[in-house]
Amino acid sequence: MLIPPPPNHPRPLPAGEPRLQLLNISKRYPGVLANDQVSLNVMPGEIHAVLGENGAGKSTLMKIIYGAVQADSGQIQWNGREVSIANPAVARELGIGMVFQHFQLFETLNVTENIALALPPDTDLKTLAVRVREVSEKYGLPLDPERLVHALSVGERQRVEIVRCLLQNPQLLILDEPTSVLTPQAVRKLFETLRKLASEGVSILYISHKLHEIQALCDRATVMRGGCVTGGANPRQESTASLARMMIGRDLPVCHAPVYAGEVKAALEIDSISRPKDDPFGVTLEDISLTVNSGEVVGIAGISGNGQAELLAALSGESTGRSDSVRIAGLPVGHLHAGQRRDRGLSFVPEERLGRGAVPSMSLTQNAMLTAHRQPGLSRFGLLDFKAARDFALRCIERFDVRCNGPQAAARSLSGGNLQKFIVGREIMQAPKVMIVAQPTWGVDVGAAATLRQTLLDLSREGVGVLVVSEELEELFEICDRIAVLAGGRLSAAMPRNETNAEQIGLLMAGQAAAASV
Amino acid sequence: MSLLTPRTNPSKLMQWAAPPLAILATLLTATVLFYALNKPPLQAFYVFFIEPLETENGWSELALKASPLILIAQGLALGFRARIYNIGAEGQLLMGAICASGVAIYTDGMDGDWILPLMVLAGAIGGGLWGALPAWLKTRFNAEETLTTLMLTYVAVQLLAWLVSGPWRDPGGSNFPQSIMFSEPALFNALFEGLRINSSVIITLLAVPLLWLFVKRSFLAYQLAVGGQAPSAARYAGFSAQRTVWISLVVSGVTAGIAGAAEAAGPVGQLTLSLSPGYGFAAIIVAWVGRLHPIGIVFSGLLMALIYIGGEAAQVSMQLPSAVSWLFQGMLLFFLLGADAFVDYRLKRRKPFVIKEAQA
Ligand SMILES: Nc1ncnc2c1ncn2[C@@H]1O[C@H](COP(=O)(O)OP(=O)(O)OP(=O)(O)O)[C@@H](O)[C@H]1O
Ligand SMILES: [Mg+2]
Repeated sequence: MLIPPPPNHPRPLPAGEPRLQLLNISKRYPGVLANDQVSLNVMPGEIHAVLGENGAGKSTLMKIIYGAVQADSGQIQWNGREVSIANPAVARELGIGMVFQHFQLFETLNVTENIALALPPDTDLKTLAVRVREVSEKYGLPLDPERLVHALSVGERQRVEIVRCLLQNPQLLILDEPTSVLTPQAVRKLFETLRKLASEGVSILYISHKLHEIQALCDRATVMRGGCVTGGANPRQESTASLARMMIGRDLPVCHAPVYAGEVKAALEIDSISRPKDDPFGVTLEDISLTVNSGEVVGIAGISGNGQAELLAALSGESTGRSDSVRIAGLPVGHLHAGQRRDRGLSFVPEERLGRGAVPSMSLTQNAMLTAHRQPGLSRFGLLDFKAARDFALRCIERFDVRCNGPQAAARSLSGGNLQKFIVGREIMQAPKVMIVAQPTWGVDVGAAATLRQTLLDLSREGVGVLVVSEELEELFEICDRIAVLAGGRLSAAMPRNETNAEQIGLLMAGQAAAASV
Repeated sequence: MSLLTPRTNPSKLMQWAAPPLAILATLLTATVLFYALNKPPLQAFYVFFIEPLETENGWSELALKASPLILIAQGLALGFRARIYNIGAEGQLLMGAICASGVAIYTDGMDGDWILPLMVLAGAIGGGLWGALPAWLKTRFNAEETLTTLMLTYVAVQLLAWLVSGPWRDPGGSNFPQSIMFSEPALFNALFEGLRINSSVIITLLAVPLLWLFVKRSFLAYQLAVGGQAPSAARYAGFSAQRTVWISLVVSGVTAGIAGAAEAAGPVGQLTLSLSPGYGFAAIIVAWVGRLHPIGIVFSGLLMALIYIGGEAAQVSMQLPSAVSWLFQGMLLFFLLGADAFVDYRLKRRKPFVIKEAQA
């Protein structure tokens, strides 16, 4: 076979027969029952949402359907027949495609090669590259098939995953938090695509913590909590508040921003950072200046891939430059590497949690050491005190409500949202002067997201300068005192929140991007 | 596409079961081999693995051979954990031996307690420099350390050959390519009357707990491990990738260099062309079989030493070729890497169980 076949028309099913039926699926991990007697139906052409708190077991269930994880017990019926899905290859052969929450791409391969990995071995790369370009353009997910994956932003990697699935013409498409890193336009495009696929009879399982998306897209929702199915709903007939209540079992807390009464000093000063892109697909930073004062939260709005990664690396110290290009509490640190900047009071939460913010195979205790080793008591004379680190990890787990199997759990065993809570917690517990957070609530459930936002607000009111880089305008308007826009490698002036609105920000995002591209 | 697909959760138990399984597979293959050579396998195994341990002298020889293997493997494991693959420990060992011998040769005739420590120091420096060179090449020019360390081994071998057949050749001796026999102050003294085991093994005995502490508890070793497992996390935390390269290569160079000095000033007692029976290469196997774990390496080092001694015994009493020892080493590594592959990956079944309709 040279190229994937044209859409294989799903086998017509007797009316009312589900495409996928799960019966009493259970899966135990050491210390947790991730899925507890889960039963679920997905009809042909149905867009079915799975909702639930972080760690509710959504990803585990999806991985079982996709054959990436084996259930301990229970049955899977596919088009009315019982099947055993031993591995993802079997799932793909059945017509099941999946976009993972944590990407499954090889950084050293290019886009086409990565996609080829999921296709039959004799796929011709040249023809495939053409197909990739076609499909990605058709569905509004622009991709350059020749680019190496390691040079792609998180959003672009997400596109690769989605295109890879679409090329397989699935009958069931599983999307585990696909939109967390997509631009609003791309989300709109994706929804059009999904609706079109559904109208052709493709079933879709859709996981997201963004309730308005679920309301806009999904026909039916299943709610999970603690591994069990706790209910179902028609999301169009529910309000976001009632959906949130079903998910977290209580009302959604609202953020409140107290007035800061302390002394206002510059906590973080960025002084005209210009940086040529270091790879051909990067973004050139042009004369970026910004001051974040103690006691305030400043937001940087904009879509990933507009210089966010480059700016964050320049601020965190993962790339260095002129010494006075970055100042922390007045001290020039632009020439210092990440560790030295942390010594001077910087904390940073990157957008990639697994592999950058945490070492996947290491325990939470060991991952606490990654940045907290400089805390008093955790290391002495070049030796680490893992008992103290364990205590640190335990406190972080308790304070930030990280659902996991204790401090010895490996980072990769945590659900996406819980790992994020752990990393944010670890960084906050270092008593920073400046806290930089990229996409703070990406993948975090609505309840925990509200708590995290409140935590960031509280942190700032203790006199910390907080800089939040996020794609979610709602989030920025909820917690920021001032908002700037980063588009096309340029940063707008930071405007007080009550003097601007979503429209103006949106225009800035478009306008600067346009200005940069001419 | 490949036949193997990665396992999502490789079993910890199997990771530790792999070395015993590899040993078993090696023994089974060896049985076939002995049959083919017309040697009774049971007798061969007896000569190889039991007989050496029946005498005091056997144990002494075992310790003497295990000592450098363990010491070198400890240093290598440190780098391997950080994914820095120094495979030129043999060259670093030879450089250590050369530098230590230089001290012995130029202080010949002098007396003093400082000579031996100076030799060990010189060995450490020689090995360390021979590790630092690839580190510099890697950090400066991004040259693969697997290649540079191996190539530098050949440089060290040639340097040794030149020294012992030229400037450092024993003038009093025949034309053999070897230096003078070191005098008393330049030698480790024997621990027991009549046995070759000498005080150089104390270096290894001290190094094991120290390195164990270093690996388990030190911030440096932690940084190396992070750098090996998740380079972006290391960058994020501000752990320098360059330092990882330097430390991995220099430390393993130093341990190999010390082992070389201990060989020259210990059982060999002079600088010769045949100073090392490939300890630097065998230590790579020792490190892997010991699962890169400081205590595991002690056991695998003893096993590898036994293979060496058994091989010598088998040559004498069964007329087996000396290559049999090498064969054992090679098979052990081969089977271990094979077993490891199945710990981390599973074989893809050709025809997965799928119902017919779904395929259509
Ligand atoms: N490989 C694993 N080993 C051990 N425990 C695991 C593993 N994978 C998941 N778990 C545990 O199973 C539970 C369910 O995890 P899962 O990833 O399915 O949650 P989720 O609903 O997808 O959450 P999120 O919204 O945060 O992504 C969690 O408690 C998690 O810690
Ligand atoms: Mg999940």
